Amino acid sequence: MGLKSNLHNIKEKYKGTKMAPAFNAIHTFLYLPNETTHNGTHIKAADDLKRTMNTVIMAMVPCLIFGMFNAGYQHNVAFGTGSVISGGLFSAEFWSLDNLLIGAWKIIPILVVSYGVGLLIEFIFAVIKKHEVEEGYLVTGMLVPLIVPVDIPLWMLAVAVAFGVVIGKEVFGGTGMNILNPALTIRAFLFFAYPTWMSGDKVWVEGAVKQDQLIAAGENLDAISGETILGSLAQNKEAGYDVMDMFFGFIPGSVGETSTLLILLGGLFLIFTKIGSWRIMLSSVIGALVMGLIFNGVVSSGWITESSKFYGLMSTEFWHHLLIGGFAFGTVFMATDPVTASQTNKGKWIYGFLIGFISILIRVFNPAYPEGVMLAILLMNVFAPTIDHYVVQGNVKQRMKRLKAKTA
Amino acid sequence: MGLLSKKDAQLITDPLADNNPITIQVLGICSALAITAELKASLVMAISVLFVLGLGNVVISLMRNIIPSKIRIIVQLIVVAALVIIVDLVLKAFAYELSKTLSVFVGLIITNCIIMGRFEAFALGNGPWKSFLDGIGNAVGYGVILIIVGFFRELFGSGTLFGIPVLGDPIAKTGLYAIGYENNGFMIMPPMALIVVGIIIWIQRTKNKALIED
Repeated sequence: MGLKSNLHNIKEKYKGTKMAPAFNAIHTFLYLPNETTHNGTHIKAADDLKRTMNTVIMAMVPCLIFGMFNAGYQHNVAFGTGSVISGGLFSAEFWSLDNLLIGAWKIIPILVVSYGVGLLIEFIFAVIKKHEVEEGYLVTGMLVPLIVPVDIPLWMLAVAVAFGVVIGKEVFGGTGMNILNPALTIRAFLFFAYPTWMSGDKVWVEGAVKQDQLIAAGENLDAISGETILGSLAQNKEAGYDVMDMFFGFIPGSVGETSTLLILLGGLFLIFTKIGSWRIMLSSVIGALVMGLIFNGVVSSGWITESSKFYGLMSTEFWHHLLIGGFAFGTVFMATDPVTASQTNKGKWIYGFLIGFISILIRVFNPAYPEGVMLAILLMNVFAPTIDHYVVQGNVKQRMKRLKAKTA
Repeated sequence: MGLLSKKDAQLITDPLADNNPITIQVLGICSALAITAELKASLVMAISVLFVLGLGNVVISLMRNIIPSKIRIIVQLIVVAALVIIVDLVLKAFAYELSKTLSVFVGLIITNCIIMGRFEAFALGNGPWKSFLDGIGNAVGYGVILIIVGFFRELFGSGTLFGIPVLGDPIAKTGLYAIGYENNGFMIMPPMALIVVGIIIWIQRTKNKALIED
């Protein structure tokens, strides 16, 4: 007997009992269910929720793998055990097994905790509420490891995931009912609860925090600094990475958000499979560019001096904003979340534009929150229903006018 | 026969649970969010409201037949304001540090909806003894929630209770901190108070389904 029939038997055995949803979930997650309905009206569509989720996950896998290499690479460069890449995208210094192992050693536990805690809570809620387990967490569980620093303590992540899934999603009624993007709720919780683990110049490099503690304990070691580009710019310092490094992603940052190239490919994949909204992605980029241009204009017209604390980020060339920080990742994978984004096409343009616009605004004016895109998306999540409301009302008004003109 | 008749006892016990001013009527949320970062402040706030509401209800109840109904709100305000000033001055005299922590929120007891609500809804129509019990009941119902919220927020946010470290020393890394535990900075921010109050409401309504309204 194969695994499939075993699972099927278990499922049959527990049918109608309290734990049934949990077994159903395991079965349907791994296989297509055996039973089909035989009568009634059907719409045949290949892209059910599970398929949609899997597509998004597929789009993120390159970022995850790149993140593992990058974590190891950043570690080796910072600790002087590896050399800086010299040969562009395919440098042997980057794609080494050593780098991958260091990264995987840190990131796979993060992935396991994220999925373990999140799915456990989903299962518990499904059993209590007596409904089937929803696939909503599959994408969230993948997003979470990509948007946290590599050195995040696992227990903190577990607390944050529990908070995000319960308060961010389950209290509203589960998948499809949530107001805020659960992955960003998790990140925001971590950011406000444990700020020392989510910002600064240590957490982005594997082992740097531990090194710091050893130094504090009296060991004679060099302190490691792995400031992100945003962090450096916020302090009016030179970041020291060239544009190609930013584009390919050989820079410190959260695990999966550094490589703009791979995010771009993932985004194209989502657009091609019609799962991500190109309207949101495009308008968000436009919004960011507009805000960046405004700031560049402020600098070039001399309204702001070099001693100003906003100078570093304001004078950053406007299109560099797309390459640094989590902007690209947030725009492609989080702003497009179909549950929390605007639903109407016109609304999507407004929603996306404001995300880009506000991201850069927060980034520049509040260096304490260098990752403006997280807060911008959460803010726009809250406003998405309002935007939709006015778009729909506007449409109704227009049609009423047309109707009046016709009948008059 | 006990000290209180059954009806009188209900005046006290109802607001503690099934008619709690915070979790059911959702009044007085402002102060519940603002000052519950520390258990001590929560306790003092609870006692202050207990004093103001208990006494205020009696005063209003005694005057209920002579207050012209057109200006009753002003009269109520004067009574609360007088009582709140007493509380404020006592705090300033005997617990200066604490009165600084509570800052404007002692003064803002005047605008606490629970107090005006009880004056309007109860004291204006009932005798002083009943009004007293009602005031005590509501103030305790308010205080209990404040103390629960304050307990969790101080424990997880600062690792202390009444200012005394209970989870170890975060700087010397003793107790829980030795194994990597850290205080949750989010807990001492007001949004988390709202979420904690929300969780209490959630638990309460799960236990007593009759409280769920559509």
